[in-house]
Amino acid sequence: MTRHFMEGSRVVAEAIFLCKPDVVSAYPITPQTHIVEELAQLIADGRIKSKFLEVESEFTAISSVAGAVAAGSRAFTATCSQGLALMHEVLFAIAGMRLPLVMVVANRALSAPLNIWNDQQDSISERDSGWIQLYVETAQEAVDTMIQAYKIAEDNRVLLPVMVCMDGFILTHTVEPVHVPDDVEVKKFLPKYKPTHALLDSTIPMTLGPFAYPEPYFKLRKELSLAIDNSKKIIKEVNEEFRQRFNRRYGNGLIEEYKNDKKIAIVSMGSVCGTIRCVIDSRTDTGLVKIRCYRPFPKEDLINALKDKEIVIVIEKNISLGLGSGSAFSEVRDVLYYLKKKPKVVGAVVGLGGTDVRSKDINALINKSKMMRDGEVEWFI
Amino acid sequence: METGGVIKKPGSSKEVKTGSWRTFKPIATDKCKGCGICVQFCPEGCIKILKGKVEIDYDYCKGCLICVNECPTKSMRSKREEK
Repeated sequence: MTRHFMEGSRVVAEAIFLCKPDVVSAYPITPQTHIVEELAQLIADGRIKSKFLEVESEFTAISSVAGAVAAGSRAFTATCSQGLALMHEVLFAIAGMRLPLVMVVANRALSAPLNIWNDQQDSISERDSGWIQLYVETAQEAVDTMIQAYKIAEDNRVLLPVMVCMDGFILTHTVEPVHVPDDVEVKKFLPKYKPTHALLDSTIPMTLGPFAYPEPYFKLRKELSLAIDNSKKIIKEVNEEFRQRFNRRYGNGLIEEYKNDKKIAIVSMGSVCGTIRCVIDSRTDTGLVKIRCYRPFPKEDLINALKDKEIVIVIEKNISLGLGSGSAFSEVRDVLYYLKKKPKVVGAVVGLGGTDVRSKDINALINKSKMMRDGEVEWFI
Repeated sequence: METGGVIKKPGSSKEVKTGSWRTFKPIATDKCKGCGICVQFCPEGCIKILKGKVEIDYDYCKGCLICVNECPTKSMRSKREEK
């Protein structure tokens, strides 16, 4: 295993080189553009044999990779923001047909006003689509999570699409030292995809995505819900198997705790956790619980990690308009409702449209949280 | 049910008798010469020519009446379904 200095987007391309999808299709959109560029280069240089489909929109990109997976191949796409919003319709169809696709979302703000910088509104808005959503903190976690993502998605007990969400610019355009896993080791960890339930074979004809009357539709939606709940176990298993082979892991796969033996806990997702770790190192009263897997929502793990806290602060880069807080805030509060002794939960909406999240703001928030009412939401603006 | 609602046995659409959707029913009369133009036009593939006469599969005919419209000898008529 070698250590390279690499831009986040380049790391994603390297991960694709390791996972070797048969079909790749993506439409460039800032800040995901470098990923598509690197992929096209990889394929043009003949380093991987994947078929690269040049398309005219994100809708076609996701539709064509959906077809590729339905035909029984491993596929990949990447997008963000407006591109992800354009894919919305197909996202639900892919999850409903249980196609194990992996997509990278380079998180970016949604219009209007037009903004190209990072927040997580785009992928959070797709939380109910049936996709597994994994949020990464570093470029290293991005490459490792992508390799894990294929293994999770293609597991016979899961068969669901996975979205690997990495903060646009903060991760995609930053150069970081990264251990790129060894090709042979990855091959052992992630064997070739053997399609079982979706396959283009004229000797065994099948129909995908058929029409369904109300009762079968309801039954299949319930099955989908159970499948994504059940995937928590497999995500944990894959994280552990990855540690055994590559000696790196990310918490228990669903959440990652850092110095979480204090009275205050910060709950957050994505690259901002790096800044939070720095703040925590300079204090004695606060710990971090990073949500790595936002869908399925790790209820039990969060209850265990937060049950003895006095204050829980949820810091997130999205806003559920009309709710007045971020989505994870209300979900974390819901989870803690089941405790007899409930901690005070406060929220913070931060970094929308790429606004800097500074350590001094987080420090001030922790100090202020002691005076805040339960359920109060702070805005970093 | 299969994972993701995949249907692995072909021909399941035959189980849905779409003939029940019909409002108007096409009926062939004795004037029929068996030219077969209606066979070409039927979007559901529900018309056959048997012994020089038209035979309609009412299990799947949805009653679009394209056959009535296209018949060159005006030997098809339509009747409102009574249920």
